[in-house]
Amino acid sequence: MIHLSSPHMHGGDSIRMTMLSVIFALLPATIVSVYLFGWLAFLLITISMVTCLITEFISLRLMGRSASPIGDGSAALTGLLLALTLPAYLPWWMVILASVMAILLGKQLYGGLGYNLFNPALAARVILLISFPLNMTAWIIPMHVGTPVIDLYDFNACLNLLIFGPESLNRALDAITMASPLGHIKTEWSQGISVTNALRSYDYSYLDAFLGREAGSIGETSALALLLGGIYMLARHTISWHIPFTYLATVLILAAVFNLIDPAHYAPPLFHLLAGGLMLCAFFMATDPVSSPVTPMGQIVFGVGCGVLTWSIRTYGGYPEGAMFAVILMNCTVPLIDHYCRPRVYGR
Amino acid sequence: MTYLLTTTAAFGAFTLFFAVILAIAGRVFKIEGNPIADNIESLLPQTQCGQCGFPGCKPYAGAVASGEAEVNQCVPGGERTMLQIADLMGVEPKTVEDEATAPMIAFVREDECIGCTLCIKACPVDAIVGAPKQYHTVITEHCTGCTLCVEPCPVDCIDMLIKPELLEHWSWPLPDTHRAQLAIERKGQHASHTS
Amino acid sequence: MLHTLLKSIQKSTRTFSGGIDPEMSKITAAAAIATSMQPQLYILPIKQHIGEACEPIVSVGDHVKWGQKIARSQGYVSVPVHSPTSGKVVKIEEHATPHPSGMGLPSIFIEPDGKDTRDKSLKPIKAYRDTDPTELRERLRLCGIAGLGGAVFPTFIKLLKDNRNPIETLILNGIECEPYLTNDHRLMIEKAKEIIIGIDIIMHMVGAKKAIIAIEDNKPNALEMMQETLEILSESFPDSTRIEVCQLPTRYPQGSEKQLIEVLTGKQVPAGKLPMHIGVICQNVGTSKAIHDAIIKGRPLTERIVTVSGDAVPRPGNMRVRLGTPMRFVFAQHGLETFDHVHLLHGGPMMGEKLKNADVPVVKSTNGLLAMHSTSMKEAHKSEQPCIRCGHCGVVCPVSLVPNLLADQCRNKQFEKAESYDLFDCIECGACSYVCPSNIPLVHYFRYGKGQLAQIGREQNFAHASKQRSEHRDDRIAREKEEKAAKRRVVREKHVAKADDDKTSAGKPDHDKTADHKTADEKKPKTTDKTIQKDKPSPKSPPGKASSGKVSS
Repeated sequence: MIHLSSPHMHGGDSIRMTMLSVIFALLPATIVSVYLFGWLAFLLITISMVTCLITEFISLRLMGRSASPIGDGSAALTGLLLALTLPAYLPWWMVILASVMAILLGKQLYGGLGYNLFNPALAARVILLISFPLNMTAWIIPMHVGTPVIDLYDFNACLNLLIFGPESLNRALDAITMASPLGHIKTEWSQGISVTNALRSYDYSYLDAFLGREAGSIGETSALALLLGGIYMLARHTISWHIPFTYLATVLILAAVFNLIDPAHYAPPLFHLLAGGLMLCAFFMATDPVSSPVTPMGQIVFGVGCGVLTWSIRTYGGYPEGAMFAVILMNCTVPLIDHYCRPRVYGR
Repeated sequence: MTYLLTTTAAFGAFTLFFAVILAIAGRVFKIEGNPIADNIESLLPQTQCGQCGFPGCKPYAGAVASGEAEVNQCVPGGERTMLQIADLMGVEPKTVEDEATAPMIAFVREDECIGCTLCIKACPVDAIVGAPKQYHTVITEHCTGCTLCVEPCPVDCIDMLIKPELLEHWSWPLPDTHRAQLAIERKGQHASHTS
Repeated sequence: MLHTLLKSIQKSTRTFSGGIDPEMSKITAAAAIATSMQPQLYILPIKQHIGEACEPIVSVGDHVKWGQKIARSQGYVSVPVHSPTSGKVVKIEEHATPHPSGMGLPSIFIEPDGKDTRDKSLKPIKAYRDTDPTELRERLRLCGIAGLGGAVFPTFIKLLKDNRNPIETLILNGIECEPYLTNDHRLMIEKAKEIIIGIDIIMHMVGAKKAIIAIEDNKPNALEMMQETLEILSESFPDSTRIEVCQLPTRYPQGSEKQLIEVLTGKQVPAGKLPMHIGVICQNVGTSKAIHDAIIKGRPLTERIVTVSGDAVPRPGNMRVRLGTPMRFVFAQHGLETFDHVHLLHGGPMMGEKLKNADVPVVKSTNGLLAMHSTSMKEAHKSEQPCIRCGHCGVVCPVSLVPNLLADQCRNKQFEKAESYDLFDCIECGACSYVCPSNIPLVHYFRYGKGQLAQIGREQNFAHASKQRSEHRDDRIAREKEEKAAKRRVVREKHVAKADDDKTSAGKPDHDKTADHKTADEKKPKTTDKTIQKDKPSPKSPPGKASSGKVSS
């Protein structure tokens, strides 16, 4: 306390407030996920968040640091975000593995909060997707969409499914899952069926996609819920408009242009916007402050890059969904972007 | 077989070609003098104090450049100079053994000075004025604190004083926060396991 | 909702980039300016401005009058110091100044005699419009006027009529965007007429075409007062039509010179240039009042308005304080006697400095004296956490830096890199630290970096100078050696010639003799260069005399 430089006032903002406001913004998506996937979603989220917190605590202790940062909510947020990007059914140990990966590999090994290059939740999800592609693309049929094979509002059934797998319910995994719209058009296209026909055969509806009544990861189905959260964060200045706006706009424009050129091959723009994890990535993943650029110009470049990569991977890549790969790839470029996209300094 | 021959011939031709270019470049762009020694000298604090074991900054720079001296022998330059030289020479940093004291200046107690001019001749930067049989005095702005004048004085009338800190030259220290301290600690650890 | 939208649109039309809206806490806005009592002792540091220090021209025991010059300026960027009362100089010694280092400066201690006899050597210049601007400029220098907004840059330097840089606009800074401070606010209400006459003097001095008085919208009564006074004066005062009062939305740091210029003229001061290079000069309202006093009344700067406030002051208020009054005495008049668990700030909470204790005098830069409870200070200086790169610091930075990267560079001692990221363009307004969710003391890191860079620069300059001096010395020694060798050669030749002439003498002893000369020369200290100093080339020692002497011996 010898030398205290000005300013001697503080606005009162804190890391915990920032993290809590993001968690609060995720509430609508979380509620929708529980509405669609019942106890399965609840268990998934709980396991993931608890594991993240425990991993954070243990790794902080192992490094001989104070465990106080556990209260800042960043580990809880990572757990929640991770859970929301997972399919409703995953063996319990995979969930735990993913959560440990997120905190350990994605965050603490880099030096803890603020030093990670990649978004921890996304990094863990990518690791899981590459390691267990079958489980990670098996989408449980949600409630209120068609006829559910198992009652997801039945706690015991969900617990059984989670611990002992679908066999315990005398079901094959295939029987309780369905394709996501993105996966559907990808497989159909590989069999020579045009996108327009594929969408028709899927019985695709924009309204359902907007409200979330479709297959997919538990937190990413409802564009509406995510949009609400995004607007809340924008209004609270937790995030700035640069990344989500440019990200979504780039995907929309690219999709629109190519859809005009060849509607049979390229999916329509609105489909791209509402499908898969784009909304979740645009508002919650790409805007993760630690792994995104700090300057407005850099954020615009970052958003455009994410958009281009997302659309390209979806259209030409081997995976049906490209949003999280796009964000992870763009995360690598952040130091470079930050260096070259500095704003013009006053008077220079 | 022909493939093997053509490949060998092609690579041989390439090698020869670049060897010729390098040889020519070596002649054309030859730099006179020793640029490394000059660069090292520009990093040294120029106190000319001789604490490195060489009779001045330039000889030390030459010795470092030719590999005769270690990079950590400049005491007044301290760790920063050592790191810069190590960086320039591309060698591992070494710890500077002798801790540099606070900046000093020489002061002649004038009533005891006999005017022998020995200190004037010892001063490597001409920072002492005086004439034979006249009091000598140190120009404080020019004194590097090298202490070379202390020893020759026959009447021991030269004191080394701590250089007074000026209000204009005061600067803020590193913030006293845990994180800033952590940075210093880690740097120390880094230095200790690299040496 | 609509209201905030409208407000934000209105803000975007006339504003600078970045900035924050801190809690203003202008609790002393309604408190009329009181006059401080006489302390037992005045302490006047010889440097109260930016630039070179002054030199005392009084000695202990001297009797001085109120307004008498007691320390004269040395160098161009310097203004003299005046006695704040009549009395006796009791001592001249080093005393702590309001500086974050807590270091001292030579100070003149004056014991008041209670009579307040004025020094009348400076005559009032009532007809300033018929007076040459250079004469007025010299008067302002003599009166010790320096910018009273807090920067204390000698005012006369800025008020230069220069045909290469004609001044279009004079901006009068009545923004006072720092929380708590109300001294300019009260001055505008109570001394509106003096301020406007001060403006007229400045306009006459620099030949400005118009003047804008800028006031933030949280001081509506000051704005009204200035407008009313302008109207009243307009009858006797034809030039008042060229003075305009402008209301600006409240935003910190709008009172910063460069930001205010951008808001009012839309132009940015280029880096490395001064406002006058784009035809603008900026003056604080307090300075304008001081200029009025110096010209119209012939009074040097010996007092200023100080806001005494903060959550630890029982009776906050505004006070006219003579320079040199100990701060402890000022606080005591507002009911604050003990300073346990109280932190003292010199200036506002955003840019002011923490004082080590209250035993420092009020100086020309003292616009506010705040006493804050330890708890509220702790709240502001929470422990630093890792940066989460939220980018809020960059958003609020009025000069569009990237503060979080700069702080990392400073912390990791990458000073050259920090410089290339425009560290020196930082105005240290503190907006970044204010919004930082991780409580990183960004400004402190910047100050550390700037200080280290300055130190490195000084060391490099010193090393460069030392090297040159050392090289000169080596050259000189080499040259002297050569000269001596040359002399020896001449002598030897003569010798040999002589020997040849003699022929009879033996060659052997001769040879020994020359060898002796050589060793003697090397051993003997050179006596000719004793007086040679600095870069002065050594006067060539008369060769004949020295060598002949040696040879003959």
